[in-house]
Amino acid sequence: MEIYVFDDTLEGLLTLIFDWYHRKPGPILVHSEKHHHPSAFHPAFEVVTEAEKASRVARGLQQKLTQAGWRNFYCTFLSEQPEAFQHLFQFAVYVFSGVENPEDNYGHDSVLYVSQMARKVEREKHHLEAFIRFQHTRDGMYYAPVEPKYNVLPLIARHFKDRYADQPWVIYDHLRRYGLYYDLQKLDLINIDFQKNNSTTLPVSISEETHEEMYQFLWKDYFKSTNIESRRNIKLQVRSMPRRFWRYLTEKQI
Amino acid sequence: MNLSRASEKLQILADAAKYDVSCASSGGNRKNENKGLGDSKANGICHSFTEDGRCVSLLKILLTNHCIYDCAFCVSRKSNDVQRAAFTVEEVVDLTINFYRRNYIEGLFLSSGIFKNADYTMERLLRIVKKLRIEERFNGYIHLKTIPGASEELIKEAGLYADRMSINLEMPTEAGLKMVAPEKSHEDVKKPLHFVNQQIQLYKADTKLIKNTPKFVPAGQSTQMVVGATPESDMEVMYTADRFYKDYSLKRVYYSGYVPIRNDDSLLPSIGSQPPLLRENRLYQTDWLLRFYRFQVNEILNAAHPNLDPEIDPKLSWALRNLHEFPIDINTAEYDMILRVPGIGVGSAQKIIAARRFGKLRTYQLQKLGIAYNRAKYFIRCADTPFLSKDWQPQQIRNFILGSSHGKFQKAATQQLTLF
Repeated sequence: MEIYVFDDTLEGLLTLIFDWYHRKPGPILVHSEKHHHPSAFHPAFEVVTEAEKASRVARGLQQKLTQAGWRNFYCTFLSEQPEAFQHLFQFAVYVFSGVENPEDNYGHDSVLYVSQMARKVEREKHHLEAFIRFQHTRDGMYYAPVEPKYNVLPLIARHFKDRYADQPWVIYDHLRRYGLYYDLQKLDLINIDFQKNNSTTLPVSISEETHEEMYQFLWKDYFKSTNIESRRNIKLQVRSMPRRFWRYLTEKQI
Repeated sequence: MNLSRASEKLQILADAAKYDVSCASSGGNRKNENKGLGDSKANGICHSFTEDGRCVSLLKILLTNHCIYDCAFCVSRKSNDVQRAAFTVEEVVDLTINFYRRNYIEGLFLSSGIFKNADYTMERLLRIVKKLRIEERFNGYIHLKTIPGASEELIKEAGLYADRMSINLEMPTEAGLKMVAPEKSHEDVKKPLHFVNQQIQLYKADTKLIKNTPKFVPAGQSTQMVVGATPESDMEVMYTADRFYKDYSLKRVYYSGYVPIRNDDSLLPSIGSQPPLLRENRLYQTDWLLRFYRFQVNEILNAAHPNLDPEIDPKLSWALRNLHEFPIDINTAEYDMILRVPGIGVGSAQKIIAARRFGKLRTYQLQKLGIAYNRAKYFIRCADTPFLSKDWQPQQIRNFILGSSHGKFQKAATQQLTLF
């Protein structure tokens, strides 16, 4: 069995699907470059990403899938899980096999996987929309550091752009080392390498003018006052708000 | 804004507002079209969770905890010796905007004690929402209390700026309410609920004809009942809820387990007694069955079964009482019937309907789909279910399920006490 290796991009994966139909090698293993280890038993084939091929496959998928189905495909890709790419490949092959409403066949392994993984990614997206905390910095920027489990920044961009249309903001993914920057006009991707300190403090200092500390203080006050002690249920709290988010939550800082 | 003063007010007025359990920010559809601040999400967002496990979605505060009423169940009652405070209009607006900009909250939940009279209070609330919407161009979620007895003009105007409005029923029955709050009655609540509902329907009818009809309470109305303070049965609670859902097209009815706040009252449970969390949970489960699982309230609660079973959930309880309806064949049964199987939720039921068009479903596929198979297996058959000649009795199934599952409220009762 051949191993097909693509370059970690969505275009790469779509090109891979195109090449598979072109070369007809039978069953294959799909690896992304990041997770690929050469194997003595399976020869590797390096997929060369081509925009033309990728967009043909994308168009094909979009035609055969509903909008939600295509979004699930994209979300599963963003999960960056090693086994996700194999499933996406098999999902695509199943979609192109000509069955009607392929995405409804939850009895099919890869269809089910894509729908379940997409749900996880959507949940992470929703978590970020909820648990991002902006800090108003000295230069007027609202800044929020994040460390999402999946690569969901592309998914949340629109939500924050719609919501905070009248304030400049940055959301920076510390794990993947890139961020979103909105300057009141348009949205950009940025790659700043902040110093490699793992502190949760700001790279830029907060100032008196923005009253940042005061609002943080008041928010913590509110968070404490709104709790009903006799109903204490930490398990429920942790289940709804997993601990990995606490690091960046204002109300959870001492 | 003076920090120490604001902080003190916030503590008092958030503390007084927290017994209102509604925190939903869903159903709003205000879009950010004016390049202002905020954009409502139809499905709502919970921005944080406090140690009691409840979500924090809205900045939930009272405008003031001064109140002319003396309701026995309320912390802000006139005769209670607590610190009183009141926010200014500017303070509420400032807090809302600045919390919202930092993504702490989805919007504002504004309630108030009644000071002077209903109109005076309602007018203050109205000034705040107007300032937020017009001056600050705020498109976030606003949940506003309708003050019973306020004039219809004020309520009508407030409805143009709020996303949701609510009035609390407080006690599930008129008799219960009379016991603890003789000055109030269900009629006072029904009148404004009816008025707002009427307006919503009118505006809805208008939108069909005129494109630019302004929004009027787009996220609908809700109400809240306190359970466990007065001796109503679950049946009385749910029948009241059902009637209010139907009569006033409410979006939600909330059930709030009574949290004891005083010791000096023979009417109400005293401080230290545990709030009825399990009962509250069962009531919400029933509520869900009515709203999403197409159950009728009299199927779950009736004269023969006036209270919900604390050990098992109402859906399982219904199924055990109606074993003659089961087992159903997953591959042929109607959607409504699949919904009624314990262990299968709305999502799984829809997936089953979609997937079975591609071929008969087998046990392992059902398990992978994510249904609670160990619970559902007594009620379903699928393509590879072996033929079983044994008929289980309801009591047996109940014991199997109770034995294999671990309810979240179970532990407290069975745990052995420590000696020291």
